[in-house]
Amino acid sequence: MSVDLRTKYLGLELKNPLVVAACPLTQSIDNLKQLEDAGAAAAVMPSLFEEQITHEEVAHSQAQDFGTESFAEALSYFPEPAEYRATPDIYLDAIAEAKKAVSMPIIGSLNGVSRGGWVEYAKRIQDAGADALELNIYLIAADMSVSGAEIEEKYLELVRAVKESLSIPLAVKVGPYFSSPGHMAKRIAEAGADGLVIFNRFLQPDIDLDDLEISPKLVLSSSNELLLPLRWIAILHGRVDASLALTSGIHGAKSLLKALLAGADVGMIASVLYQKGFDKIGTILAGMTEWMEEKEYESVEQLKGSMSQENCPDPAAFERGNYMKALTSFTGEAI
Amino acid sequence: MAERRFVTIDGNEATSSIAHLCNEVMAIYPITPSSNMGELTDAWAAAGKKNLFGTIPHVVEMQSEAGAAGAVHGSLQAGALTCTFTASQGLLLMIPNMFKIAGELTSTVFHVSARTVATHALSIFGDHGDVMACRSTGWAFLAAASVQEAQDMALVAYASTLESRVPFVHFFDGFRTSHEENKIEQLSEDDVRSMIDMDLVQAHRDRALNPDRPKLRGTAQNPDVFFQAREACNPFYDKAPGIVQGVMDKFAKLTGRRYHLFDYTGAPDADRVIVAMCSGAGIVEETVDYLTGKGEKVGLVTVRLYRPFDGKAFVAALPKSVKTIAVLDRTKEPGALGEPLYQDVVAALVENWSDSLPRVIGGRYGLSSKEFTPAMVKGVFDEAAKPDAKKHFTVGINDDVTNLSLDYDPSFSTEADDVTRAVFFGLGSDGTVGANKNSVKIVGENTPLYAQGYFVYDSKKAGSVTVSHLRFSPRPIKGSYLVHKANFVACHQSVFIEKLDMLSTAEEGATFLLNSPYGPDEVWDKIPLETQQQILDKKIRLFVVDAYRVAREAEMGFRINTVMQTCFFKLANVLPEAEAIARIKDAITKTYGKRGETILKRNFAAVDGAIAALHEVKVPGQVTSKFRRLSGFQGDVDPFVKNVLGEIAAGNGDELPVSAMPVDGTFPTATTQYEKRSVALDIPIWDKEICIQCGLCSLGCPHAAIRMKAYPPGALAGAPEGFLSTDWKGKEYEGWKMSIQVAPDDCTGCGLCVDVCPAKNREIAKRKAINMEPKLDHLERERANYDFFLSIPDVDRTQVKADSIKGSQLLLPLFEYSGACAGCGETPYLKLITQFFGDRMLCSNATGCSSIYGGNLPCTPYAKNADGRGPSWSNSLFEDCAEFGFGFRLAIDQQIEYAASLLKKLSGQLGDNLVNALLSNKQETEEEIAAQRKAVAELKAKLAGIDSREAKDLLASSDFLARRSVWILGGDGWAYDIGYGGLDHVFASGRDVNILVLDTEVYSNTGGQASKATPRGGVAKFAAGGKPSGKKDLGMMAMSYGNVYVAQISLGANPNQAIKAIRAAEAYRGTSLIIAYAHCIAHGINMTTGMSLQKEAVACGYWPLYRFDPNDKSKPFQLDSKPPKGAFKDFAMQQARFAMLARSKPEDSERLLRLGQQDINDRWNYYEQLAATTRDGGEKEVQA
Repeated sequence: MSVDLRTKYLGLELKNPLVVAACPLTQSIDNLKQLEDAGAAAAVMPSLFEEQITHEEVAHSQAQDFGTESFAEALSYFPEPAEYRATPDIYLDAIAEAKKAVSMPIIGSLNGVSRGGWVEYAKRIQDAGADALELNIYLIAADMSVSGAEIEEKYLELVRAVKESLSIPLAVKVGPYFSSPGHMAKRIAEAGADGLVIFNRFLQPDIDLDDLEISPKLVLSSSNELLLPLRWIAILHGRVDASLALTSGIHGAKSLLKALLAGADVGMIASVLYQKGFDKIGTILAGMTEWMEEKEYESVEQLKGSMSQENCPDPAAFERGNYMKALTSFTGEAI
Repeated sequence: MAERRFVTIDGNEATSSIAHLCNEVMAIYPITPSSNMGELTDAWAAAGKKNLFGTIPHVVEMQSEAGAAGAVHGSLQAGALTCTFTASQGLLLMIPNMFKIAGELTSTVFHVSARTVATHALSIFGDHGDVMACRSTGWAFLAAASVQEAQDMALVAYASTLESRVPFVHFFDGFRTSHEENKIEQLSEDDVRSMIDMDLVQAHRDRALNPDRPKLRGTAQNPDVFFQAREACNPFYDKAPGIVQGVMDKFAKLTGRRYHLFDYTGAPDADRVIVAMCSGAGIVEETVDYLTGKGEKVGLVTVRLYRPFDGKAFVAALPKSVKTIAVLDRTKEPGALGEPLYQDVVAALVENWSDSLPRVIGGRYGLSSKEFTPAMVKGVFDEAAKPDAKKHFTVGINDDVTNLSLDYDPSFSTEADDVTRAVFFGLGSDGTVGANKNSVKIVGENTPLYAQGYFVYDSKKAGSVTVSHLRFSPRPIKGSYLVHKANFVACHQSVFIEKLDMLSTAEEGATFLLNSPYGPDEVWDKIPLETQQQILDKKIRLFVVDAYRVAREAEMGFRINTVMQTCFFKLANVLPEAEAIARIKDAITKTYGKRGETILKRNFAAVDGAIAALHEVKVPGQVTSKFRRLSGFQGDVDPFVKNVLGEIAAGNGDELPVSAMPVDGTFPTATTQYEKRSVALDIPIWDKEICIQCGLCSLGCPHAAIRMKAYPPGALAGAPEGFLSTDWKGKEYEGWKMSIQVAPDDCTGCGLCVDVCPAKNREIAKRKAINMEPKLDHLERERANYDFFLSIPDVDRTQVKADSIKGSQLLLPLFEYSGACAGCGETPYLKLITQFFGDRMLCSNATGCSSIYGGNLPCTPYAKNADGRGPSWSNSLFEDCAEFGFGFRLAIDQQIEYAASLLKKLSGQLGDNLVNALLSNKQETEEEIAAQRKAVAELKAKLAGIDSREAKDLLASSDFLARRSVWILGGDGWAYDIGYGGLDHVFASGRDVNILVLDTEVYSNTGGQASKATPRGGVAKFAAGGKPSGKKDLGMMAMSYGNVYVAQISLGANPNQAIKAIRAAEAYRGTSLIIAYAHCIAHGINMTTGMSLQKEAVACGYWPLYRFDPNDKSKPFQLDSKPPKGAFKDFAMQQARFAMLARSKPEDSERLLRLGQQDINDRWNYYEQLAATTRDGGEKEVQA
């Protein structure tokens, strides 16, 4: 018996539910070709970072100005570049090139928090040929004078602003740090998001014990990170009008199956590709197919959300029971 | 025919625009003030801009102007239309080829932004000394008096050289025209095309060397025919003036601008006429217009074609009524009957004037861009009216020695009431000049008004003051002189108000805009008494804006340029406010558009915030200030230093008379100590509890502004309250105290000391043993502390363990408080060397950054110790530094030999013990050197009592008996390029000189042009696409001689190795070469972390450390750094010089970075093998 792996995400018809998440791997056209050949259904391009755009513009400008017009013999120190291809230009070219090189859908990615000039890049990513856009909202709420409500409103404003400029589907990638993540997810969908990517992983500061300096780190995800997004996918499935993608923690066929069962339309992977290579895609898909065949599922569509909070035999488990159980098993005694 | 545009550009750009169209090849070499002509054409070529012939000119940077001239000569001989751009010493280096090119009747144009030739001193500024030095080469000389003429005459020169076959020097005044922004009508490409006769171009190509039609040129000739052959060219010179006039006539038909070989302007019946050329002529013209308007019978002959000098045309240009002709020369020819133009005028009159000759007087003006004004012109006309007028005179200075200078009334002015005249005082880093250049363009290109901008810079690289002079006029602005009657004055830095007299140029009723943190109600009392008085006397309207606040709020940091520019337009009424703001924003978009949305938004925010922050100050009716303006050097200072150098520092150098100046360019050292420029906003403050006393802060400080001392506890007697002291850690001075002390007024605030400090506070990790804190919070206390610190005696040099970081920093630096860039990577090396050898050093310094911060008036950082000893320093030229220093060695060795021979002769009278002691002392240690000095003192005492010629001679040469240390200092432009031939010769000599190459990997002083030290992939001027070839391995070339001590060092990466190498190099009694990594502003880095970046340079293998010691016969080459770790790319991407390419040409960048990594791998592989190899070949028998 053959199973139908096709799924629909952000209105895009995908050959299977395995999407390569935004990560440096998707920067290279060669990699994209290999990923497609290995079976990936779509790929999200690395994020174009608002912070990076601003930083580069300022750094470049400062380098051009530094020391100029101060000393009669050296009124400048660098030739004015004949052409200047800023990061966004290079990024947009990469999307256009990717679209030419592969047939799987290419999803652009923008990462930022403010409604600054960079929002225009959403439109430019679309014009470069992206099939959809993933908006990765990145905000560490370190300003204690700003309330959660204000931050939520900022998120929504941004979603609306980006959506306004787009005709391609928009996915919004957020973190779990809301008092009411489900409510927020609903509002993001209402603000125009066609899909939710759950959850983004922030670069976390680390302390270097040798130099006593802060050294930001992004560690690869591990499979035990699956459970947090899994819970929220399960809760949101069927309750928000948006596609759902689970990212973080999918390292094999089992975790992808769990994501789909909880209600995800696709599972996104990145860390495992670094650890195991691109062939892992084939392994995951084969493992999933084997499991589905064994369990006699006909299609991905059939199993998607079948274990969501709405559909699972024990909905309360997603709210409290799971929590109690996990903690009990971790400490070895009941609380 | 394409419509012509009005553009606002400088003379260099006006010239380059024509040169780019008319040439196929340009061979150049950077030299101020012509560098940017080549840079512009290079940038246009990089952008694909084509010439008239549809190709992109090939712009090539050579190793020197001599090399450029050779390449031009060759390219011309092979048939390409070829030119160059140069000035001053550069032009002089081209003279041999100029004779050849003219002798071969070859069409070309050299564009010269005329600059002073170095004599008693170098000057980067303008006069005609260079051009006049070439007048015997057989070239035609075509002078341009303005930015418009710089463009027009460039084209006239090309058309004329093709027709006449005589090569042309097209020249204009360096800086005054080359760097003046002025509104001109730009020639279109069609204009240029219609002036260049393609048949003549073809004829030029046909004359080229061609194996299909072989010919021979450059023969050697004998007495039989050389003379006749030399005369064979005469008809070409006879025809040339007529050809030039013909071209000028054609040009006039095309453009309406009519020029003649000699243009007369003024009263048709003038009795007094001035003859002048270049920008001075424009000033005379403005004055003549004014004076004839008042009925005076005066006139001007502007010389355009100076050579071939057409005497008939000159006389024809003169009104017959002239009684006195005053010829103005912008050059000096000591010993001549008169300056060159004067002599030509006299000869032309004698040969061509038909009646009784008018009287001719001649004067010098404007040397080294000395200001030349209508008042001085009036002084010349007044002199010409006197029956007993001085035959030879100077104007613009006070010559109280030979009394040649003319008196004039400085208050005389020709400025019209409808001209906006503005003066802006800014700081180099605040963007003032850039904003003013923009303002000139805004007005020039968007209104019917004519606009002029000229910018004056000081010679400091850190905390430099800029003064911008702007004029906006309904008429073309001919007068190229500074604004002396300003109706708008702006002070962009509040600290200036305490030091500079900015309002002396303000006219009555002028507007004064002050950037100050104090609001309109507080600012008045923050203004010194003299300035308040000027405001009241001149009824000046005072406005204040807190530009730093507005800039900060707009996230612009210290860039207050757009804020101040907006306020200027608001107050100056040149344009309606709304239009002005729109135009400023357009200009911002044009200037910064490529840099991205963030930059634009921040600039716009600064513009929008400016007007609201601008306030008029209600000026009280009387002076209320409690303080006076500070000026010159304070305290008990040597009279010459105070009255001459101090006045120069105070900006009053123009007022100094001739008698105040040394006759031979010799000045005292140890003078930066009086400047106290106080340019830092933050200064390092020591935390003695955390300090581990490593000495790195003191070692790394580029300005000797943080120092370390160890002293016995008793030295603390009388210490001011708050003077910090702690116990010395270490065995050598057990029981002693130590201090680390900042010089608060000498520190530039670069933060390098904090960057290198390894000690961290355990409670608050961000704090180190040195922390940058606001200067004003500490200034008074640290001033007192530093004064006390200096009064503590230095340790006994003979007892210091100087071969350690800590020990070296107990030695007194004899290089201090230089004007180098904040965070300079070069000066720490120089300072360290003076700590070791400064008391017996002779320095030969190549022209470049190190000669500018080392020897630019008013002050020098080379200092003296308590005994009055210190480095004696000189700069000869850029190209001959090695040879110059080599000459020092020859003289010293000769004098030592002479003294030794006299010692032996006089040993009977002096005593064998003393003579033997003097002759046998090896002087390898501080003790031995001290002993030798003591013996020399004893010798002198004995010689004083001996009355003989030999004793007197020995007394005169006895100082040479104490060992001297010859240092040859320069940058990579000198060592790798222009001076390499001489350097190589000195290597080969084996004589005892020490060569330090401060390798910044570009020509730093002239603005970052590529040298052969520039690394592969590095972006520099003339390497806009990243340098395609790898860096020359200078060390390896020196090592090839086998007897040269060579070391490659990096103070930031491995100070111990650097110290060892420097000391070993000096101890080596042969030639030594030290190549030192010097981070630089031209790398596009955060200068605060320059030393950390040096660590990375070494760690990744980019800058391997090594020593090659010829004394080690077995394995002389020792690698001192570890195998490369980490990618070159990671190091490179922290520097704009590499990162820029990744932005502009990512594929090229990737490729070059890959090759750069390969360079590192290859070099390491080679060095590693070398380090393991034995050089000693033993004493094998030679086989017959």
